Amino acid sequence: MIVVENMSKRFAGAKAVSDLSFVVRPGVVTGFLGPNGAGKTTTMRVIMGLEAPTSGRATIGGFAYRDLPVPLKAVGALLDARAAHPGRDARSHLAALAASNRLAKSRVDEVLGLVGLETVAHRRAGTFSLGMGQRLGIAAALLGDPAVLLFDEPTNGLDPEGILWIRNLMRDLAAEGRAVLVSSHLMSEMALTADHLVVIGRGRLIADEPLEAFVARTSTETVLVRTPEPNRLAAVLAGLGAYTTTGDGMLEVVGVEASVIGDAALAAGAAIHELTPVRASLEEAFMELTRDCVEYAAATALR
Amino acid sequence: MTGLDAAVLVRPTRWAGFSAACHSEWIKFRSLHSNRAALTGAAVLTVAIGALLAMATSSHFHPGLVAGQAAWDPTSVSLMGIGVVELALAVLGVVMISAEYPTGLIWVTLSAVPLRGRLLAAKTAVFALVGLVVGELLSFAAFAVGQVVISGSAPTASLGQPGVLRAVAGTGLFLAVIGMLGVAVGALVRSTTGGVAVMVALMFVLPGLGQVLPESWRDPMLEFWPTQAGGQMLNVAPQAHALGPWAGLGLLVGFTALVGAAAAARFVYAES
Ligand SMILES: Nc1ncnc2c1ncn2[C@@H]1O[C@H](COP(=O)(O)OP(=O)(O)OP(=O)(O)O)[C@@H](O)[C@H]1O
Ligand SMILES: [Mg+2]
Repeated sequence: MIVVENMSKRFAGAKAVSDLSFVVRPGVVTGFLGPNGAGKTTTMRVIMGLEAPTSGRATIGGFAYRDLPVPLKAVGALLDARAAHPGRDARSHLAALAASNRLAKSRVDEVLGLVGLETVAHRRAGTFSLGMGQRLGIAAALLGDPAVLLFDEPTNGLDPEGILWIRNLMRDLAAEGRAVLVSSHLMSEMALTADHLVVIGRGRLIADEPLEAFVARTSTETVLVRTPEPNRLAAVLAGLGAYTTTGDGMLEVVGVEASVIGDAALAAGAAIHELTPVRASLEEAFMELTRDCVEYAAATALR
Repeated sequence: MTGLDAAVLVRPTRWAGFSAACHSEWIKFRSLHSNRAALTGAAVLTVAIGALLAMATSSHFHPGLVAGQAAWDPTSVSLMGIGVVELALAVLGVVMISAEYPTGLIWVTLSAVPLRGRLLAAKTAVFALVGLVVGELLSFAAFAVGQVVISGSAPTASLGQPGVLRAVAGTGLFLAVIGMLGVAVGALVRSTTGGVAVMVALMFVLPGLGQVLPESWRDPMLEFWPTQAGGQMLNVAPQAHALGPWAGLGLLVGFTALVGAAAAARFVYAES
């Protein structure tokens, strides 16, 4: 389990992360979302002990990273797909990591098999494609059979097959009882992978909730209505508690379903030429959420 | 698996952790084709250049000149190619650390060995051992080949003569220390081009410039210039305006320790 407590990180005057707290629980995939520069990588680097927080702390199973007795058995991480010496073969890269934590040599071939690189194990990492490099990074993360896994944008630059493979891998790892934290820019991607969401914007926490809760909360349905009598229909719908905006023979209705609008129009004798439910996509909801992150922070401070 | 189980909580001893880090660094060092190629090339060049220079120098030897005889040091003549392997060890020492930065490999390494002092110590220890073995092998090889080449035209040296074994074995030590200095500079500079430039300046360029200074400046500068002082190991006979072999090597070791301490301070305590 990862616990981030009131963590802030300041780089040369600029705040990258501000007073961030969240928990990554075992058995679920936690999606870590935020636009470019939100502070996802910084947060992960602080968790890994690669960066010292300005204040607050991050612990893994109660330990600061550098105090973990055998780090690779506790945490596996993929921070950068290119993080291997281009002149070193894949097997030696993994063998060196295994030796540093006294892991069994047999683990090297096991993880090579797990990520499907056994046939190119003797090849230099510099000859690998982006996808193969990603797999090598994942093999390194899995080497110690760790209880906690961190992936920073693991699907970046991958083809659809690779994306599907990583998605399934993360789901399997969580199903085995591991804590999995995976960062992404894409809400649509996380909707398919994550059970829980942690959303940040400009270094601040925006949302920390189960995926279903986020979906239910953010996906409001709008109904577009085309009618020759917009003003009269708007008045009728307002009586039903709907919120409507009028313009150019069109009504945008929020708050009542399409079927209710149709019935109300029939009862009032108002003609309807078009009735279209429009569901805001998760991606739009996410963009809306993060676009307002500064205002959101101000509003919470006022409460 | 639901958390950090008991097996994860067993902390290895400090020594076990350090030796595991050394083992890891050794696997990394030997698995790079470029390291093997550089050392093989340097070995061939060191012995070959040593033999050629020994041949050229000994052909000018005049047995009739007493002064020439006193200055004739067949041991240091046979070790004249050592500069090649000295440069190779300096560069590979820098690369031990600098090569991990461009790809971000250093962050993977540090996630496996989060104690930075331990990592730096392991890299230094592994490369010191590489430098010692390579240095001793090549200085003895260059000495042996050099004496064979010289034997046709001038008196040769043997390991039994006073100071000769010290010079040949001490040259290996000198090379190991140069390698450690390379690692320290690599950790301080973190860039291959920068680190190599610093090492070349320290070992060759600045002492070379020192030669053109007025004598009153040149002699003390070259006497106490760390790499020049360490290089006194190569001479059997004491030199004018130079430290003795052990004092000279001691000065180089002290300088390396200073650079190493600065490197450790940056590596361990500086941000990221
Ligand atoms: N080493 C550093 N020095 C100075 N500023 C930094 C450093 N690392 C990150 N930052 C700044 O911190 C902020 C957060 O960056 P971070 O890389 O954590 O964002 P991110 O959420 O991972 O973004 P992306 O989605 O683009 O990867 C950015 O404004 C970035 O410029
Ligand atoms: Mg990032």
